[in-house]
Amino acid sequence: MNETVISPGLTWPGSSGAGDRRRLAARTSLALIVLLLLVSIVSLGIGAADASFWHSLVTVARGDELSALERVILFDIRLPRLAMGLLVGAALAVSGAVMQGLFRNPLADPGLVGVGAGAGLGAIIAIVLGASLPAAVSLAIGHYIVPVAAFIGGWVATLVLYQVSTSRGRTSVAMMLLAGIALGALAAALSGILVYLANDAQLRDLTFWGLGSLAGATWGKLMAAAPLILLAMAAAPFLARSLNALALGEAAAAHLGIPIQRMKMLAVVVVAMATGAAVAVSGGIGFIGIVVPHLLRISVGPDHRYLLLNSALLGASLLVLADTISRTIIAPAELPIGILTAVIGGPVFIWILLRNRGLLNL
Amino acid sequence: MIRVLFLLIATFAAGGAAMAAERVISIGGSVTEIVYLLEQQDRLVGRDTTSSFPAEAGSLPDVGYKRALSPEGVLSLDPDLVLAEEGSGPHETITVLENARVRFVTVPTGYGAEAIRTKIEIVGDALGVPDQGRQLADRIEAELEAAVAAASTDRPARVLFILSMQGGRIMAGGLDTSADGIIRLAGAENAMTGFTGYKPLTDEAVIATAPDVILMMDRAMAGDETGGNHGVENEVLFNHPGLAATPAAERQAVVRIDGLLLLGFGPRTPEAVRALTSALADFDETG
Repeated sequence: MNETVISPGLTWPGSSGAGDRRRLAARTSLALIVLLLLVSIVSLGIGAADASFWHSLVTVARGDELSALERVILFDIRLPRLAMGLLVGAALAVSGAVMQGLFRNPLADPGLVGVGAGAGLGAIIAIVLGASLPAAVSLAIGHYIVPVAAFIGGWVATLVLYQVSTSRGRTSVAMMLLAGIALGALAAALSGILVYLANDAQLRDLTFWGLGSLAGATWGKLMAAAPLILLAMAAAPFLARSLNALALGEAAAAHLGIPIQRMKMLAVVVVAMATGAAVAVSGGIGFIGIVVPHLLRISVGPDHRYLLLNSALLGASLLVLADTISRTIIAPAELPIGILTAVIGGPVFIWILLRNRGLLNL
Repeated sequence: MIRVLFLLIATFAAGGAAMAAERVISIGGSVTEIVYLLEQQDRLVGRDTTSSFPAEAGSLPDVGYKRALSPEGVLSLDPDLVLAEEGSGPHETITVLENARVRFVTVPTGYGAEAIRTKIEIVGDALGVPDQGRQLADRIEAELEAAVAAASTDRPARVLFILSMQGGRIMAGGLDTSADGIIRLAGAENAMTGFTGYKPLTDEAVIATAPDVILMMDRAMAGDETGGNHGVENEVLFNHPGLAATPAAERQAVVRIDGLLLLGFGPRTPEAVRALTSALADFDETG
């Protein structure tokens, strides 16, 4: 596999030689790591409350105690929220990149494996019917019922979709795409029934859930979501070579010795695990999964060996940035983050598409 | 005797005052109204989006919708007490506030006279002014009893509460809603008893409810002459295929009352009952 086969004859500004983007990719990764650090520091440093990160650092460095309020704001609010933003952003962006590679379709996003629709349905079931659960059950899982149900819903939908589109040990990607649309419609219809049953307060909860938020980030939720997302992130690089080969088509990839079926299964598991956990803890946050991989394909090219890592870095940075804006722009209230990612992501995406129309062959 | 009692109360009040919250955030329209009526508004440092009455409350920082409170947003106002209507949250925010040693008092909601008394007493206790709370509760209760007594009639009107008419689809108030509660208090009958909560109705179901009067929310701001019909003009309302055939349309009988006043179930509920009763009586005479 080399890059010149994937994109013959393209030269990129700033690349050292025709086709070789390794140095560009490395420089991009470095720049993204710097961006990530900057965004993280800013996100710890500002917020609705007047608890400055620098002031706290200086206080701790001098050996003084932080005030109780500062401790709560830094360690119980901003830190888990930052960690959650990093994980969810990386999970969504990498899932998007994997899906687009697997489906060989620029429109693919994590929603295509049914995990979004399933998680949404799970969350709605929990919000509407959670109130009528037996006391013993609601005591046991209590306030985590919505994330737990969303995660289970996402997995159930993915498993159903995978079963439907796999016959005689071969998964049809086209079948998955079409069945995914049908499954999405079905989930939407079931959600509709529950919306009809919901009372006013539950309707408001549903709406807010759909707009996404990191406001509920707690160490407890982080401990539940982090292992799943980190495991998926660790597995994703193993897909890179196979996804590169798949760009030539399934038959060609198979001739190159890629274990296509195993790789599809791994891709689906990675996406379901990462997106399922991300959606469960943060609700419906759109656009990161689509915009981030495309931004990077345009700047560093489609090689998944670099794309996946850089997607994780950029996705994490953008989501933390969006979250920082969402919790400061109308402080002391906060704007659901899904609104921000779409309001910023939509126009930026269109602008990129227009500027690179020729390059992308659209 | 009275002097001794007064002294006792004063001591209690002073004892309470040592711990009394000085920076209070009020979550929920009715809670904020109670804080103002108890004349404790100087201690307020924040409110939620639904706290729109009295108008001065609008100048307090807004911490957002009561079910989607941001923990840092609330903490940024440095409160020592959060008074929140039942159902406020989310749970994660409440946990963080408790970790930060902010007292969080939940004020239960309900759709009857007893619920209003409970609300006022809990707010009064939490603010360290229990006797003012009880006095206010007594006053509101007496006022409400008088309003309900004046409303009683042997010819109760059938009232249909319409929450919204989005795209021509009528969303009506069934049983176990604050709309149902206020209609009953005003001596009328809820025309829609087939379900609980607010649900969309088919045109046929609207005809079947045969309301004498339509009740709607009026969200007009003071001085706003263009709004006030909650987006629905009389012609639009009574030309609706379902409503056109009802007794209400025949008499053009529609009552519009400010949403928070009508449905808040706070200290202004007696006023809401009187307003609704007198509006219904007007239609009864003309009809």
